[in-house]
Amino acid sequence: MKLQAVSDDEPRLGRLINIGLPYLWLGLFFLLPFVIVLRISLAEPALTQPPYTALWEWVDGMLEIRLNLRNLQLISEDSLYLQALLNSLWVALVGTLGCLVLGYPMAYAIATAPERQRVPLLMLIILPFWTSFLIRVYAWIGILNANGLLNGFLLWLGVIDEPLKILHTQTAVYIGVIYSYLPFMILPLYANLTRLDRTLLEAAADLGCRPWCAFRRITFPLTLPGVIAGSMLVFIPVVGEFVIPDLLGNPGSLMVGQLMWTEFFANKDWPLAASLAIVLLAILVVPFVIMQRLQQENEMN
Amino acid sequence: MLQAKDLGLALVIALAFISGPAARAGEQTVHVYNWNDYFAPDTLTGFEQETGIRAVLDLYDSNEVLEAKLLAGSSGYDLVFPTTHPFAARHLKAGLYQPLDHSKLPGLERLDPDIMANLAKVDPGNRYLVPYMWGTTGLGINPDRVHAALGEDAPLDTWGLIFDPEQAKKLAGCGISLLDDPTEVFSAALTYLGKDPNSQAPEDLEAAAELIKQVRPYIRYFHSSQYISDLANGATCVAHGYSGDILQARERAAEANKGVTVIYRVPREGAVLWVDVMAIPKDAPNPEAAHALIAYLLKPEVIAAASNHIFYANANSAATSLLSAELREDPEIYPPPEVRARLFTPSERSEREIRNLNRLWTRLKSGR
Repeated sequence: MKLQAVSDDEPRLGRLINIGLPYLWLGLFFLLPFVIVLRISLAEPALTQPPYTALWEWVDGMLEIRLNLRNLQLISEDSLYLQALLNSLWVALVGTLGCLVLGYPMAYAIATAPERQRVPLLMLIILPFWTSFLIRVYAWIGILNANGLLNGFLLWLGVIDEPLKILHTQTAVYIGVIYSYLPFMILPLYANLTRLDRTLLEAAADLGCRPWCAFRRITFPLTLPGVIAGSMLVFIPVVGEFVIPDLLGNPGSLMVGQLMWTEFFANKDWPLAASLAIVLLAILVVPFVIMQRLQQENEMN
Repeated sequence: MLQAKDLGLALVIALAFISGPAARAGEQTVHVYNWNDYFAPDTLTGFEQETGIRAVLDLYDSNEVLEAKLLAGSSGYDLVFPTTHPFAARHLKAGLYQPLDHSKLPGLERLDPDIMANLAKVDPGNRYLVPYMWGTTGLGINPDRVHAALGEDAPLDTWGLIFDPEQAKKLAGCGISLLDDPTEVFSAALTYLGKDPNSQAPEDLEAAAELIKQVRPYIRYFHSSQYISDLANGATCVAHGYSGDILQARERAAEANKGVTVIYRVPREGAVLWVDVMAIPKDAPNPEAAHALIAYLLKPEVIAAASNHIFYANANSAATSLLSAELREDPEIYPPPEVRARLFTPSERSEREIRNLNRLWTRLKSGR
């Protein structure tokens, strides 16, 4: 009897740990920070350390709660915030599509390369991570400058007569985003493509489906989970990107990450910065849910 | 893929071990957070040699960044260098600094009594702040290129170079830069309009915003330290900037000897006079060492060497005779009385006014 109880308990404990750990992780690193940010977003800025007011106070046995909702009002009314949000979503969309268009063929080429070449090829994709992200973005300043590498090369070729103005434009931001996030697209796609059952392609060929048709009807639909995973890994962080637009963009290409920086550093308005973060999170949950749905449907099929 | 990942991980761990225990046991460290280009190259090395305290220097180029770190708390810095008005005054109200132990600061009495009396208005008894350097915010100009664009007799000592759309349009080609600092830019714009530079009246601020909007297309960039090298190598021809920074650009241009001249002018309409101070954050890990560094910087020969290098006037009366004659007699560094009469100190604004100003500023910069 005793023995049975132990063996009965153990899997239950194991299951508890198995299920509990991810929840603990989520609670500690997602929910708790979210609650803290939400709490700050409802406070008022103040000249104290930290620079915002308390939400509740005990005064003579009375609990006084003060919630500041003006921030959400300001964000919805002031076009500056809306435009920055739209611009962020747009940059993320262009960046994701750019990464997909460039990354898919690269992942495909690596996945179909002879076994011995795959690891070195993947190394080449991962290699840039060994240099600081900041330095790699700075390097683009040197490349895109009016007297930088790219313009120097094009002038030398005689393709252009005067330097192209790319640095400090929206184009430079696209370039920086696509460059920086390309590996995040390639790696999940590669993982997906290597698992692809090649006999399906042979079967398709036997049934008279040409390569393009086979790609369209078999390869691409089967790698859709990889496309979705890669797109999410690119889209979500790019929306909140700060470094790339700040170094490569101009004040006109304002993204929401920069606005948050301004509110946080220049205005010392932590509550507004926190409100922006909450709005951004709410906006990001929508594509996340849509993609989740797509993935589920895909798996059911 | 797995191998590559493991190798990367191993490398990261190895690096962490190599760089981790860098500080030797028993060694004292002072963490200094100062403006860019604000010490002589041998200031901190001299301090290390004399006291045996290791000095770690971090840099900022705007009071706002410093303030954000201090307000967040536990910044880890032992000594910071805010501008008195309106920043340090505000920080005192927020209780960000700890009182100084005057007995550990021999040499305090050598400081300029006028400056000390002025500081005492925000810091009664000079308990928290020790003046470091002072200067003005004016115009860095490349006279050859400005004259080429505007004509030989165009006056240079005017904010009109930036805020008169006609002149700014002609100068846009050779490059105009503004400080990325709403307080400074709005003060300058209000001065140019002949209004009180500290005005908080909404209609005055709107007029200033309108003025900045008009010349916005002709401004190449907004930055608070980039202009030093750009002026020096001729990439820009008019810069709104701090006196000493522009004089450093003048020096670099002369050293490079590529035919670029840079001059500094206090605009005749008026300009900001500021004093930067030293203060010890309340939560400084090593206030002892911070006191030692202040005491070292109070030595006339040390502060004079710094001034000689960075072209800012210091507050140490005993150091004046040690300055190079070039510096002492430079009217741009020690302005004559008629120029001093045109200088003003920024007054404090309420938090709400600052935020409104900053949001106006973000919108102006983004050209909307």
